[in-house]
Parts: sequence; structure tokens; C-alpha cells
Amino acid sequence: MPMQISEQGFKNRVEQGIEDDFMRGAVRSAQERLQTNRAIAAEELGDWEDWRTLGQEIRSHTIEHLDYYLHLLSENVSKLGGHVFFAETAEEANQYIKDVAQKKNAKKIAKSKSMVTEEISMNQALEEIGCEVIETDLGEYILQIDDHDPPSHIVAPALHKNKSQIRDVFEEKLGYENTDKPEELALFAREKLRQEFLEADIGITGCNFAVAESGSIALVTNEGNARMVSALPKTQITVMGMERIVPGWEELDIVVSLLTRAAVGQKLTSYITALTGPKLEEEADGPEEFHLVIVDNGRSNILGTEFQEALHCIRCAACINVCPVYRHVGGHAYGSIYPGPIGAVLSPLLGGYDDYEELPYASSLCGACTEVCPVKIPLHEQLIMHRKNMAEEKRTLLAERLVMQSFGKAAESPALFNTATKMAPFLTAPLSKEGKISKGIGPLKNWTDSRDFPEPNRERFRDWFDKRERRKSKNA
Amino acid sequence: MPKGEIYNRDSFLANIRVKVGGISPEIPVEKPNWSVSPQRNVLRGASQDELVQLLSDQCTQIHTDFFITTVDDLPSKLIEVFGFYEAESIVYSDDSRFSDYGIEQYLIEKKAFKWDNESREKSIEQSEKADIGITFSDITLAESGTVVLLNNPGQGRSVSLLPEKYIAIIPKSSIVKRMTQATDIINQQVKNNETIASSVNFITGPSNSADIEMNLVVGVHGPVRAAYIVIEDR
Repeated sequence: MPMQISEQGFKNRVEQGIEDDFMRGAVRSAQERLQTNRAIAAEELGDWEDWRTLGQEIRSHTIEHLDYYLHLLSENVSKLGGHVFFAETAEEANQYIKDVAQKKNAKKIAKSKSMVTEEISMNQALEEIGCEVIETDLGEYILQIDDHDPPSHIVAPALHKNKSQIRDVFEEKLGYENTDKPEELALFAREKLRQEFLEADIGITGCNFAVAESGSIALVTNEGNARMVSALPKTQITVMGMERIVPGWEELDIVVSLLTRAAVGQKLTSYITALTGPKLEEEADGPEEFHLVIVDNGRSNILGTEFQEALHCIRCAACINVCPVYRHVGGHAYGSIYPGPIGAVLSPLLGGYDDYEELPYASSLCGACTEVCPVKIPLHEQLIMHRKNMAEEKRTLLAERLVMQSFGKAAESPALFNTATKMAPFLTAPLSKEGKISKGIGPLKNWTDSRDFPEPNRERFRDWFDKRERRKSKNA
Repeated sequence: MPKGEIYNRDSFLANIRVKVGGISPEIPVEKPNWSVSPQRNVLRGASQDELVQLLSDQCTQIHTDFFITTVDDLPSKLIEVFGFYEAESIVYSDDSRFSDYGIEQYLIEKKAFKWDNESREKSIEQSEKADIGITFSDITLAESGTVVLLNNPGQGRSVSLLPEKYIAIIPKSSIVKRMTQATDIINQQVKNNETIASSVNFITGPSNSADIEMNLVVGVHGPVRAAYIVIEDR
């Protein structure tokens, strides 16, 4: 699946989201639960603001010296016998991964959860050469079985589906016969996937954090599937976005502690697995061959710009879990595998304004995202910067530009401004009813489609102010 | 093991170097002194007994059965837990602590399978079939209820992963406050140029998932149940 998940326009996607009652209910309750858990976990830990400061310092130092740390990482992985491929584009990454699969004559590939492999459409590339790629994260597995339904949340990809929908998909595609109890559905997936882990020729994982000083890859999971794909197949490929790296183990402690709390409110997830190179010769399980694929795919264009801090993201989804816009429209409305505030910042940076120009406007700029971000990315400020860039590129609506232009003209000339403000109540009078405009025309229509617009006051502010001043001087 | 290959590095990093104003990979970057270190304040001054209590409390949060016993009573405690879990087949690590703590004899009588680093297929197959996997904890984190396994030829990755139930035996002295103390140990190994474990596993209870309607399901791909047995030191 590429980063872009829909052919439909933004407005259609939003409407579909708003009309999907189940999805909205699911998102609402998930957001409430995750927000509360995050807040409790932060409170319990103590010194949360200091933790955030430390997270921010670590992320910004690492990204400022990214060339150095990636070099160190690759040296250390290579010393241990692992192979490292630097991929500037999605195509290069996929080609390398396909070459490894072909050299190993791989038929079956078991994969744990990874957003970057979604972004580069890795599964499709492998399927084209005849490999079977099996998603083993429960949420991703459900989506894959359901004809590749796109993910709607970066931590809980199947958040938009309810259990009876999942039951039906399992029944239709896999002959499942039990109830829609989550325990029974999960047990069914456990049994189905266990055999796949044992048979897989290659295991593919993503990477939460690489550790430069030791050449390690840390995976933060709950289900145990990432452990399976890194213990059982004889070849392991790990794909990482190039910014997912910390200097050493001291820093790993901090980012992991922030991630598990900010994402799900856990002190640690069930499994934090740090893998360093292939297995030792004397070890029985673990991969004999290890490949690390480091992916740029547009990230380096963000370096050195006002958006550099977007690369500090540790993919916890805390911003998604507090966003009032995400709450109403859901993940699919963003049209990108990266939804919510971080998605609205990142998708246009990685995919360009042509495909994602609406996303920076899919925000009320309330700033809740910035407040919860565990590494203090100024998310809502970055959205404003996107809007500014697009306005400068004249990407805004013609009507909006015309309105702004005429306002500019009118505000430049005192005479025009005076006349215009005096005329406003008369010009809008035919539209207003009981002090409100419910059916606007032209640029006003977009506003009044969803809420009323107050009719312009007959007494202008300046007139009111003048009167007040005159009254004051009279009384004095 | 011979060195691995590195592909496309120079052009890839040159592009980044220009943008971040880097100089050269040969010149080491000094890590700054971070302005705060909140991780050092967590559980400051807690005694070993307080850490045991915290670990026990945390076990209720992570759906893990908690037991505490003495070295002398360890065999009988183990028998009790096996009964409780209705375990017939057992796999355990090739680890001298099993005989040091006087339980290997019992495991041999139970026909338990000891991890065999000479045989990948057999070890994985036996672990897959076993009802219970048992390992000792190398480092134990009180705050989160985590056992840390530094895998090595005797301590296979599969022992704590493939069986339906998992038991971690925790020497009381292995208990530290939190992840910080564990990463300090590994960080020191890195600084000393020692080889670190090819797989370091931080395990916090049984596997779980909340992917279906955010309902917590305990037991997904890894173990479905887990027990910690803390042993008072001799």
C-alpha cells in the first residue's frame, strides 16, 4: 500500500467519515481511553515536563548529526556481519529487498508491523515476484485479509472496524466459525499465524529505534509477532525510516519510556526487543543473515527546513489521540497512511502539496497535539507554516484570494473602508433572518453549510467607539 | 563472522551532510550533557524490599501471577505452579542457575527439554510443543514488572516465546528500579567494547493486543499466561 490510500477527493473522504457512525463511536471511545491512560502514565512517572525536554534534546541532537549517527550505525551492523543498504527512494529499497528474497529463493515472508514498509509499498513489490507476504500484527492481519483495507491509525491500524465486521471477514475469507468475542478472534489468528511463523523463509520487521553505538534495532510490541519473525526465519530484513535512530542505550531508555506511555499509557509494552546483528554462530535460533534497509524516500528534503522537527517524531500517535478533527472524520479521511496532526504535517512533506494540500487545513489549530507531543514537536505551528507556504504558492482557493485581495484594497483606503463597512449590513440584509445568515452565497457558503453566520451589526465598531469617547468627554 | 556489506552509503550520507551542515563521519560527535535527567529520580532511595513489593503490585497490572519463595522451597513452589498451569511438557534454558538453585534434577525427572544450541530444528520444535517455558531473569525491572533476558547460546530466544505459558525465575538480587539501570549495564558493555547479547528481550507479562475494538486480549502470539517466581537470596 502506498502512502496515499484513496483516489477520492478530500471532501468526499470527510463526508464518508462523518457519516460512519460506528467508526466515529469507536474513535471517540478509543481516544478517550488512550488520552486518559496517557495522562495517568505521565502523572505516575513524575517530572513529565523534564522527560519531554530530555526527549526533545535527544531527538534534535540526533537529527542535527544524522549523517554521523547513520554512519556509526552502519559500521556497527557491518562489524557484526549484518548487511546495510541505504535506499534513497522507495524503488531502491524494494529492489534490494526483492533481490534478497530471490537470492534466498523465498516463497513465504512473515512481517511484523511497519509503517515505512507501507509507505514504500513493499508488500506489492514482493508479491510481484511471487512471494506471499503475511502481515502478523493482529490489526494489520485483519486489514490484509479484508482485501487490503487501509490502516486508519498508526498504532491501532484497524480502529475503524468493529468486532462483528472482523468476524464476518474471518468467516468469509478463512472459514472462521466462532463468535465475535475478541478473545476467540485473537485465538483464531494465533493458531492461523503460528504455522506461518514456523514456515516463513524470511522475517521482515520495522524499526522503532536503531541504536548507533551498538548497531542494535529496538522493536516495541505487545503481541509477540516481532519476536517470532526475528527468532524463527533464517533471514531477517529490517526496514527503517532514516530518522528512527538514537545515539546510545542511555537515550534508548528515554525514548522508549516516552513512547510506551504516550502511545498507550503502558510503563513498558509486553516486549521491547533489541536485536544486534545476526545470531551468533553458536546460537540455535535467530536469523543467520541480517539485512538493514535504511530509507530516505523524501525525508532528507525536510532536513535543514523549518519542518526539520517533524523528523523528531517517535510515532506514538498521542497527537492523533487528542485531535478533535481526527475524532470526527477518522483516519481514512486524511487519505494518507499517516493521519492526524503528524500526518497533516508529514504527508505533504513526503508526498507533496499536490496530493495533500487540504491536510494542513484539517485542524482547528487548538494546539492540543503540540501539548501532548512527548518530544515537543510544535505540530500546530508547522501546520500554519504549511498554510503560509501554500498561500505564497497561490494554492489557496481563487475565491479566498479574491476576498483577501479586496479586503486588502479596502483596508488600504480609509474612504473605501468606511463605505464598505457601512454597506455591509445592507448588502447582507437579503440573506439574514433573525440576526443570522443561514444560507450564505459565494465564499460565505462554505461557512454557512455547517453553521450560522452572525449578520453584520448595524452600528460599526468605529461609530460605537466614537460615540463612547464623545460621551466620556461630555460627562467630564 | 565476516563483515557485512554496506551499499550506497557515501552518496546517501553526503546528501544528508550538506543539509544538516555535518563535517565528516571520521570526526566523532560529542553527545551534549543533557539538561535534565528525570530517569535518575524514579524510585530514588527505594530499598530492595520495596522494589519486590512494587514488582508484585505491578504484576496485577500486567496479568502475571506472582510468587515469592526461598531457595529451599523453590522446587516445591515450581511443582505447585506446574500443577496450577496443568503443565506436562516443559522446556528450559541451558543455564547453570537451574542446577545452582537445585531444580535441574526435578526438571530432568519431569523429562523437561533443555535448550540445545547445537540443534536449531529440535530446539524450536520442542519449544513449540511445550506447555511451559522456564528461564531465569538476568535483570528485573520493578517499575514496569519486566524480566530482561540477555540471550546467549544457552538462553534461546524461543524458550520464553513459543510455549503457551512462561515462568521467569527471579533472583531477588536481579531486581533493579527501572529500565535505566538495565540500559546502564548494556551501555557499559558497549563502552568497554564487549559483545552485547544478539537479542536483549525486555518481557513484561504475557503477550496481548488491543487491536479489536480496543479490548485487551491477553495471549496473542507469545505466551498466553506468565508467572514470576521471586527467590529470596541465600
